[in-house]
Amino acid sequence: MKIAVCIKQVPEGTKRIDRATMRLDRSGEGALNAFDAHAVEEALRVKDAAGGGEIVLVSMGPAKASDALRKALAMGADRSVLVTDDAAAGADLVGTSRVLASVLEREEADLVLFGQQAADADGAVLWSAVAERLRRPVISQVAELTVADGKARGKRQTEFGYDVIEAPLPAVVAVSDAINEPRYPSLKGIMGAKSKPQETLTLADLGVEAGAKTEVLALSDPPPRGDTTKIEDDGTAAAQIVEFLIEKRLL
Amino acid sequence: MSTLVFLEHHDGEIQKGALGVVAKAAQLGDVSGVVVGSDVRGLAEQAGKYGASKVFVAEDAALDAPLPQPRVDVLASLVRDQGFDTVLFAASVLAADVAAGLAARLDAGLNWDLADLTEQDGRLVGKRPALGDSVFVDVGWGDGPKLALFRSGTFDPVETGGSAEVEDAAVQLEEHSKAATMIEQAHAESEGPNLEEADVIVAGGRGLGGPENFTLVEELAKALGGAVGATRAVVDAGWYPYSTQIGQTGKTVGPKLYVACGISGAIQHKVGMQSSGTIVAINKDPNAPIFEFADFGVVGDIHQVVPKLTELVRERRG
Amino acid sequence: MTRPADYPAPFSVDEAVGPPTDSPDERIDVGVLIVGAGPAGLACAIRLGQLLEEAPEVRGRLGEVPVAVLEKGKQPGSHLLSGAAVNPRGLRRLFRGRKQLEELPLLGPVEGESVYFLTAGSAFRIPAPPTMKNEGNYVASLSQLGRWLAEQAEEGGSMILPETAATKLLVEQGRVVGVRTGDKGRGRNDEPLPNFEPGSDLVARVTVLAEGTQGHLTGAAIERFGLAGDNPQVWALGVKEIWRVAKPLDRVIHTMGWPLRGGARYREFGGSFIYPMGEDHVALGMVVGLDYRDAELSVHDVLQELKTHRLMRKILEGGERVEWGAKTIPEGGFLALPKQLHAPGLLLCGDGVGMVNVPALKGIHYAIESGRLAAETAFEALQRGRTAATPGALASYDRAVRDSYIWRDLEQVRNMRPAFSRGFWVGGALAGMMTATRGKLPPFTFRTERDADVELIVTDRAKRYPAPDGKLTFDKLSSVFLSGNKTRDDQPDHIRIQRKVPNELAELWVRMCPAQVYEVGVADGEGTVEVEVNPSKCVQCGAITAKGGRLTPPEGGSGPEYQRT
Repeated sequence: MKIAVCIKQVPEGTKRIDRATMRLDRSGEGALNAFDAHAVEEALRVKDAAGGGEIVLVSMGPAKASDALRKALAMGADRSVLVTDDAAAGADLVGTSRVLASVLEREEADLVLFGQQAADADGAVLWSAVAERLRRPVISQVAELTVADGKARGKRQTEFGYDVIEAPLPAVVAVSDAINEPRYPSLKGIMGAKSKPQETLTLADLGVEAGAKTEVLALSDPPPRGDTTKIEDDGTAAAQIVEFLIEKRLL
Repeated sequence: MSTLVFLEHHDGEIQKGALGVVAKAAQLGDVSGVVVGSDVRGLAEQAGKYGASKVFVAEDAALDAPLPQPRVDVLASLVRDQGFDTVLFAASVLAADVAAGLAARLDAGLNWDLADLTEQDGRLVGKRPALGDSVFVDVGWGDGPKLALFRSGTFDPVETGGSAEVEDAAVQLEEHSKAATMIEQAHAESEGPNLEEADVIVAGGRGLGGPENFTLVEELAKALGGAVGATRAVVDAGWYPYSTQIGQTGKTVGPKLYVACGISGAIQHKVGMQSSGTIVAINKDPNAPIFEFADFGVVGDIHQVVPKLTELVRERRG
Repeated sequence: MTRPADYPAPFSVDEAVGPPTDSPDERIDVGVLIVGAGPAGLACAIRLGQLLEEAPEVRGRLGEVPVAVLEKGKQPGSHLLSGAAVNPRGLRRLFRGRKQLEELPLLGPVEGESVYFLTAGSAFRIPAPPTMKNEGNYVASLSQLGRWLAEQAEEGGSMILPETAATKLLVEQGRVVGVRTGDKGRGRNDEPLPNFEPGSDLVARVTVLAEGTQGHLTGAAIERFGLAGDNPQVWALGVKEIWRVAKPLDRVIHTMGWPLRGGARYREFGGSFIYPMGEDHVALGMVVGLDYRDAELSVHDVLQELKTHRLMRKILEGGERVEWGAKTIPEGGFLALPKQLHAPGLLLCGDGVGMVNVPALKGIHYAIESGRLAAETAFEALQRGRTAATPGALASYDRAVRDSYIWRDLEQVRNMRPAFSRGFWVGGALAGMMTATRGKLPPFTFRTERDADVELIVTDRAKRYPAPDGKLTFDKLSSVFLSGNKTRDDQPDHIRIQRKVPNELAELWVRMCPAQVYEVGVADGEGTVEVEVNPSKCVQCGAITAKGGRLTPPEGGSGPEYQRT
């Protein structure tokens, strides 16, 4: 069972936007994205249940992203592949999915896992784009995953309740943070991570371009929340709240 | 601008969010919609009433289950055949997957979590919040079709009373799009909405006074059809379970309505709920920081205000 | 009158010292184990890397991991906080022949300085006391410097292990053989959670403790091996903020006086610092000795009050607060140093043993120098035919420290801080005398008094703290947020204090703690109250240990995530 987990680095500490480049200020150190930790944990469980296999981490980012990868290796993943290239900075969904897909094609994994969302971009969408490029079935928001008999079965939550969706392997699955509790790496794991194979590739190595079809044009302050009302209760507060909610079409 | 809106539907109704996007798009030009499923022709009429001038219907038994990949196929063909330059979606679990798959299929730019869309100097500009709503970003698109996902509930549907031309859309599914199958389709869980998906959250904080007073919060939540949340302080004190904790070290939520009962609004809590659509706060401390960002604040006794509110809500909802 | 020392923390050294408990094949072997990725620990690791590079046969005998550095913070720098105006001496020596000072991430030389004595309405410029002159020093962010030093240490072959707390000193047959790391994944009541991961016994030939202020194992080692000097250690609490400013600041500033009170009754020793950090940021902080008496004193709030002074307002106008943090500083100086800095298999460095020149407010270069000297001693002890465990094998470290400028500098200013227990004015006069005579006068030596032994008084000091306005002055909760603290809430409580104490003591703790960890709970009507603890807010400053409680290391990775402090 070969499992690939896509990892995205997230800057540590209180997040800031660099007003000059209008991009997320990534000059602070990176950490393993909390959601990706769930994906790594799930990969470890699936590998365990399958009685063995290989877990390869795939990421695209600056060289510092290797810190996040090392944490995932410490948890128990077997090796990592990092695509790092100046030309890839500022890549958006279109570019990132293209690059990741080209690495994943090389790897030919049975299962490709993603974490639910990147805490910095709030963009819960990368896996669908990658699945499309790989021409594989995708199941997202999975809160419970079973992999057996060449199939992946996911219980996933939508606005309407739970679906159970099944797809034959090879498949792409995005797991939500409800799926598991990521393990703490053991000290041995942390120390052993250094010696696990960590490959770095450039875009030229893969023969792809990153790029973007979207751009950030400007930053501005958020619109004020609108009129805020503050009243003291004279017995009618509850009724006033109801009026307010009706006005806002919430009731 | 030639716009296509993905009309997600459930239980025989087009999602309100999608109709809202139609209304917004109609402000900018001509709007077509697309409904995908089995036995969905009737929905075309609905779309017409809310501003779509044309509705494409992709009907097939294979499209019955709300899976994203077949919808990517349908939309991709439509974009190619009809020449749409803009495709809009109201965010949902399904819509996000469809939009992203479509972006990859067409190598098209996708901007998400948009709160607004405008035309500036002849180009389309989206506006989206970032970093927990503390900053707004203007985003644009490169060449090719422009895809956008709007934050749920951003726009209200506008009934124009019009009617739409109905056309059949081609249904040609790729092999990989047919691979996933729906084994069991969603049915709502009996315990009420899950915290992160809930449209309404009623949360309780230290100001409640004691764990027994959480019943006030629960009753109001039930009346509003929402979920119950708690602050770190009351979870620490053991009044309510950790799974309901909202805030920096708990869950981050963004419901349409957040009712904060006895919550001071310290920043550790605020960052977990600040992107809520509307915030109502009830607290007896007039200086509580929550009043600085609540849309409607009541300085009062929770034990007086909340039960009355619950009663009135129940009456109203019938 | 209430003294914090009358309500000692429920903590015993036996919890922090013991034999290994893992089976021999489970234990993890390293060559030299360093606890703490601060300036002392990293200097030690860097120097060892330099020495081992030239001695591959020694290196080869140290196993797969010749040098390991444990860090309880999320990453090196996460728990580092200082002013700082660094004396470059230590760094120059450490990187001699390898790097120029310009290559280090320092924020520029000190261009000018002013010292002010403040009253509520004015600022009187006074000549900088000679011990406080910063000519030739460099402003730095210790947190940033720490991250950079960690990179150098790694490049030199050390393995840095962040998010790893050292909770027990492993001692076997009278010698230190390593440390045990902390468990992860325990719940509020200590119960193992589904992802529970037990700590490990890490064994090493030489263990170097460079834990910084209030070092957990350092304190235990000093007690277990009887290394304590004649005088107890004392501490000050520093609360610091970093601001982005509209106008660059052109010099370093120190202030004394207001808002602290000079009367002997209050024993408020301290002052503030404002340092430029490049063109567009400043660091400012308030440092107050923890031997203060007033239960209502809150260093955080005194810092907020300080900012309302017109001198500060001018500097901060148009600016924005971007970071906040707090940490204690050992202030016993020479008098409180342990009488011996080593034990079999063990070396002690830096702030952990109090190598701070208080009047000069300097400790970083001593930490670095002590780390470097520890590395040299450790390296010697690892030569063929020697073992670090032999009694006296590490004694050369003590000799080296005594021969170094660390000893010379600290001895010269040894009486400075204790003199101020007599109040600002008497203290100032005594300090002047000491400076003029380079420590020869006064002819006697003061003693330090334990912070926890100081009797409490209660005034209405709190009335004068400014109400937080969210622009210039801030409350504690929003400040903790800016420290980057995101500690998991359902961890065991890592703070040891007595829970039922007199009202004044509870009040002391509530005000003292910059992170608002303590709250006054239910009163029993007889003058005692319950103390409630919110451990996840803790930024691990260490103040509680000085005042009757005991801070123990929480789960690795917890606490603040300082970026630029």
